[in-house]
Amino acid sequence: MIKASDIPFLPRGVRCQFDRVRGVEVLLGPERVLMLDDIGKAVLGRVDGQASVDMIAEGLAKDYDAPKAMILEDVLAYLGDLFDKRLVECAHG
Amino acid sequence: MVNPPIAMLAELTHRCPLACPYCSNPTELIGKDAELTTDQWADVFRQAADMGVLQLHLSGGEPAARTDLIDLVIAAREAGLYTNLITSGIGLTPKRLEALDAAGLDHIQLSLQGVTAQIADRIGGYKGGYDRKMHVAEHIARIGFPLTLNAVMHRENLDDLEATLDMALRLGARRIEVACVQFQGWALENRAALQPSLEQVNAAKGTVAEAIERLRGQLVIDFVPPDYYSDFPKACMNGWGSTGLNVTPDGTVLPCHAAETIPHLEFANVTRQPLKEIWYGSDAFNAYRGTDWLPDLCQSCERVEIDFGGCRCQAMAVLGDASATDPVCRKSPGRAALDAMLVQDTNPLDVPEFVYRRL
Ligand code: SF4
Ligand code: SF4
Repeated sequence: MIKASDIPFLPRGVRCQFDRVRGVEVLLGPERVLMLDDIGKAVLGRVDGQASVDMIAEGLAKDYDAPKAMILEDVLAYLGDLFDKRLVECAHG
Repeated sequence: MVNPPIAMLAELTHRCPLACPYCSNPTELIGKDAELTTDQWADVFRQAADMGVLQLHLSGGEPAARTDLIDLVIAAREAGLYTNLITSGIGLTPKRLEALDAAGLDHIQLSLQGVTAQIADRIGGYKGGYDRKMHVAEHIARIGFPLTLNAVMHRENLDDLEATLDMALRLGARRIEVACVQFQGWALENRAALQPSLEQVNAAKGTVAEAIERLRGQLVIDFVPPDYYSDFPKACMNGWGSTGLNVTPDGTVLPCHAAETIPHLEFANVTRQPLKEIWYGSDAFNAYRGTDWLPDLCQSCERVEIDFGGCRCQAMAVLGDASATDPVCRKSPGRAALDAMLVQDTNPLDVPEFVYRRL
C-alpha cells in the first residue's frame, strides 16, 4: 500500500524513455512496456525520489487548476497500481 | 495496418551446458560456426531499435556461452534498447556479472530447473549446475540487478511450487514466471514425461491465486497455465507478427521461436535482407497476421480479438495444419485429438525416460 507521505521512485531496471518511432513517452520495466498518456506523463514526470505523493498531487493540482483531494486520490491509485507491479518503489516519508 | 514490433528475442547461440528436456530451441540446433558475429548482432540491434523495438531479450541456448556477451550488451544499450538477459547462470562469473553491470544490463531472468540440487541437476542434465546457479544468484543480488526467476514447471516439479515461490523471495527476485511447459520442440518429444496431472494443476492454480494476494507489492507472479488443461488457447505471441520477433543464432528471423516447425513457411535472414523489410513484407510474417485467414469458427467467435485463434505451431504439431483453430480450444473439432494425448500422457504406467536436448 502506498500513502500520501511516501516518496516514490523508479527502482533500478525501470525507466522512462521517449519512443522516437511512436512519438510517445514509455515506461520500461522487466517484461513490461507502458505507453504513457498525458496523466501518466504528468505523474511520472514528478517522480524524482524527492517529492512525496502529497507534493506531487499538490503540484499537479496547481498546474491543472483542480481540487487537490481529487488529484491525490488519482495519483495514489495510479502509483499504487505501479507499486503492485513493482515498477515503482517508495521510501517512507 | 501493421504496427512496429515492441520486443525482440535474440537467440545468440544454441550452445548450452545444460540439456533440459523441455528446451524451447528447435530439435535441429545451429552450431557455433553459423552464429552471427558481434558486429552482425550489433547491426541487428540498431535496426530493431530504429524500427520501434523497445525491449531486447538476449537468450539462447546459454547466452553466456558467447565470449562477446559484454560487447553485445553494450551495443544493445547504445541502440537504446531495454536489455534483458535470459540465462541459466552457468558461465557467469562474478567478474562477468560486474562487467555486465557496467555495460548497462537492465534486467536478468534466471531459469530455475528445480529447488534442490537433486531435481535441478536431473532436469538440466548437468551435475553441479544447481550449486553454480545459486552462487551466481548471490552475486546477482549483491550487485543489485533486478531479477526475475523463470521457473519452468511440469510433472516432476509442480508439487514444489510453494518452495519455488519461497526461493524467489529468498533470492530477492522482484518477479517470478511460473511457466508450465509448453509443448513445442524438445518438450513435445518429452510430452508424456512432463505432462502434469489434473490434481497437480488444480493445486498449483490454488497456490498461485493465494500467493498473488499474499505477496502483492513484494513479488510479481506471472502464471502460464498448462495449455492442455485450458479451455481456450493462449494469444500466442499476442498475435502472429503483431508485437514480437525472434532472431535465431544464424540470423533467421521468425515470428515465434517454434515457427520453423511449419514446413511450408520460408524464413528470411537478416544477413541478406533488412529487418524492417522482413517484418513488414516477408511471406512468413504475413502468413498468419491479423484474423482474416482464420477458419470461420474463429472469425465468428467473440474471443477472436483475445486469442487470435491460438498458436499456429500447436495446430501444426497436433493437427498437421498450421491454419486450423488451436486444438486447445473447446470449440475446436481438434480438441478430441488433444484430449486423447492427455489421457495417454497421464497414464502413470507409461512414463518414458527423458530425451535430453543435445546438438
Ligand atoms: S532450456 Fe535448458 S537446455 Fe535449453 S537453453 Fe535453457 S538452460 Fe539450456
Ligand atoms: S473458436 Fe477460435 S477465436 Fe474462439 S476461442 Fe476458440 S480459438 Fe479462440
